[in-house]
Amino acid sequence: MTTALTEIKHLPTLILLVCCEYLAIFKKTVAMHEVFLCRVAAHPILRKDLNFHVFLEYNQDLSVRGKNKKEKLEDFFKNMVKSADGVIVSGVKDVDDFFEHERTFLVEYHNRVKDASGKSDKMTRSHKSVADDCNRIGSSLYTLGTQDSTDMCKFFLKVSELFDKTRKIEARVSADEDLKLSDLLKYYLRESQAAKDLLYRRSRSLVDYENANKALDKARAKNKDVLQAETTQQVCCQKFEKISESAKQELVDFKTRRVAAFRKNLVELAELELKHAKGNLQLLQSCLAVLNGDT
Amino acid sequence: MAAEREPPPLGEARQPELEELEDGEDLFTSTVSTLESSPSSPEPASLPTEDISTNSNGPKTAEIILDDDREDLFAEATEEVSLDSPEREPILSPDPTPAITPVTPTTLVTPRMESKSITAPVIFDRSREEIEEEANGDVFDIEINVSDPEKVGDGMNAYMAYRVTTKTSLSMFHKNEFSVKRRFSDFLGLHSKLATKYLHVGYIVPPAPEKSIVGMTKVKVGKEDSSSTEFVEKRRAALERYLQRTVKHPTLLQDPDLRQFLESSELPRAVNTQALSGAGILRMVNKAADAVNKMTIKMNESDAWFEEKQQQFENLDQQLRKLHASVEALVCHRKELSANTAAFAKSAAMLGNSEDHTALSRALSQLAEVEEKIDQLHQEQAFADFYVFSELLGDYIRLIAAVKGVLDHRMKCWQKWQDAQVTLQKKREAEAKLQLANKPDKLQQAKDEIKEEIEEWETKVQQGERDFEQISKTIRKEVGRFEKERVKDFKTVIIKYLESLVQTQQQLIKYWEAFLPEAKAIA
Repeated sequence: MTTALTEIKHLPTLILLVCCEYLAIFKKTVAMHEVFLCRVAAHPILRKDLNFHVFLEYNQDLSVRGKNKKEKLEDFFKNMVKSADGVIVSGVKDVDDFFEHERTFLVEYHNRVKDASGKSDKMTRSHKSVADDCNRIGSSLYTLGTQDSTDMCKFFLKVSELFDKTRKIEARVSADEDLKLSDLLKYYLRESQAAKDLLYRRSRSLVDYENANKALDKARAKNKDVLQAETTQQVCCQKFEKISESAKQELVDFKTRRVAAFRKNLVELAELELKHAKGNLQLLQSCLAVLNGDT
Repeated sequence: MAAEREPPPLGEARQPELEELEDGEDLFTSTVSTLESSPSSPEPASLPTEDISTNSNGPKTAEIILDDDREDLFAEATEEVSLDSPEREPILSPDPTPAITPVTPTTLVTPRMESKSITAPVIFDRSREEIEEEANGDVFDIEINVSDPEKVGDGMNAYMAYRVTTKTSLSMFHKNEFSVKRRFSDFLGLHSKLATKYLHVGYIVPPAPEKSIVGMTKVKVGKEDSSSTEFVEKRRAALERYLQRTVKHPTLLQDPDLRQFLESSELPRAVNTQALSGAGILRMVNKAADAVNKMTIKMNESDAWFEEKQQQFENLDQQLRKLHASVEALVCHRKELSANTAAFAKSAAMLGNSEDHTALSRALSQLAEVEEKIDQLHQEQAFADFYVFSELLGDYIRLIAAVKGVLDHRMKCWQKWQDAQVTLQKKREAEAKLQLANKPDKLQQAKDEIKEEIEEWETKVQQGERDFEQISKTIRKEVGRFEKERVKDFKTVIIKYLESLVQTQQQLIKYWEAFLPEAKAIA
């Protein structure tokens, strides 16, 4: 009978726990969406996109069609081609120092962010396990407190209460670490991947340009289809220069944003960790004061 | 004798002044009386009854002392003394250090302090004046440390030797400070001796730490890794707690075997503790037999106190096991957290290295450093989780098993008494039949025989009843003492554990406070 009662006692706590979890996940998702939209709005070209405006302004339901099978398959093949190409293209050394430096940097950075992101996830999950254990310990102590016939019962109940409260704080630490650290790293994992993709597209266009040059030389040598070759070459050249220019800007922006985002998140992380540690400390100290006063 | 008082209400702390002791309170008298449980062997020792009259300690006995060990000893003493029991035959067994055979507890006596021939266990006589003398001089003060684990020997015959240091002002010991080297089987041997002497008469003998074949094999084989160092440290701490609990028990403290264990430089090797020895196998068989018997004894519990206690200990056992499992999970997860934090720290350092923005790069390196320190913190906390909290729970789960064992002995004792009554009844019926029989020649002889047997069984029944009452009385006292100790232990340990948590949080605050300006400095 007693065990059933203790279960019921914990039912509101369970409901609360589930709500807290849901809230945490919801907060995360909202934050990520906000970052995405801000990015698009800040982008000189993308901000003018009509789809974007519709998304922000249309006050009724958007009927967004999901990708059908065909489109998904297309995406899949595109990725395959890209990775195969990427191997070929990355062999080409870049004339421009800036882009060469960026490429080396991005490749290494991307790998390290990936690693850090994974490790941060594991760390956050461990933190949550610890919080869950504290929860179980709290309820065991509660049962001990209700059953004990000696002086210990008040003691156990007080400590059980403490564990309940510190557990909540631990859970919040874990959630905040997840939000400020793990999510940051995940986001920049994807960003660095996008930057790499940009470089790839530029390299592709460079290869096209070089191929067009070779074709032009050949055409001039054979004196056949020179005009067509010239046009193709000019188009490639323009494309290449345009993409190079925008890529340069994008990469510079990428660095600025990255630094700002890391700064914001690290500062917030440190502030939250401090807040929680102080809260925890206060709980522990006041509990100890009560317990020491009793004995 | 009949109405054993309930375990006194706790919470009334009181400081006994030493003047009370100087009044000539017979502290050790009481401990003598506790060992006067009649032996289970049929021949009562025909020895002169020690004339130990008691001082009137009536009013003082009701109060409970919670503060420290020394007061506990006196508290027990004062309680004991007022419950003056008529049978006061001290049992002086000629063989105080048994192997496995059940033996009666030796009387609590220590030799006159002038004679120094005490290394071998001997029967001692004690006069009242001596007891008073000791009572006046002594304060319950004994501190035991187990330290310096040292590997002795090589290969599979190797073993760990631990240094056992005793610091005491008790006059029963030769010196005030001394130390000896003991190995694990010595501790088991000590426990085995104490258990054989005291368990079946109702004393809660603290259980020794558990054997671990896996752990020890690793040590023997010579693996110098962290898991075997941890194992040795865990064992050392457990042995220390075991001895500290044992000496806290006022009756056990007086035992010559315990004294020999603490004092003498050479100890006969306790081979009987090996699991696969003849004695070990006998033990296992006995345990199995006990388990079967327990199921078949249906006792008429007339005493509500015992019924209640039985239930309470069952519940406590269950809950402690659950709590223990949760705390073990916590230890495990915290160790994982520590490892994951360390891994993340390294990863963050690498990331900082490849980051080409200088200020951010520096901040990331700082973050890596903070996380590394935090990982250390988690490790230390995990140690505290384990050594302070988890091991305490483990100890108490084993202690409660000892309590249950003692309650079982009481049941067996009751059974024995009942059986004796049944046999007596049968003999009486046989006698009655003989009275009505008509065979004159054999009759007289048979009648005489039967009469003798009846007398014998009458004595046995009386003895059985006395044994049962004695064990019940002892258990009540022991349980009272146990509960007090438990409360004290748990409070101390839990407070210590919370203090470790406080320290961790304080450190965390320091680390993050140091990091914050670094993060803000990113430009």
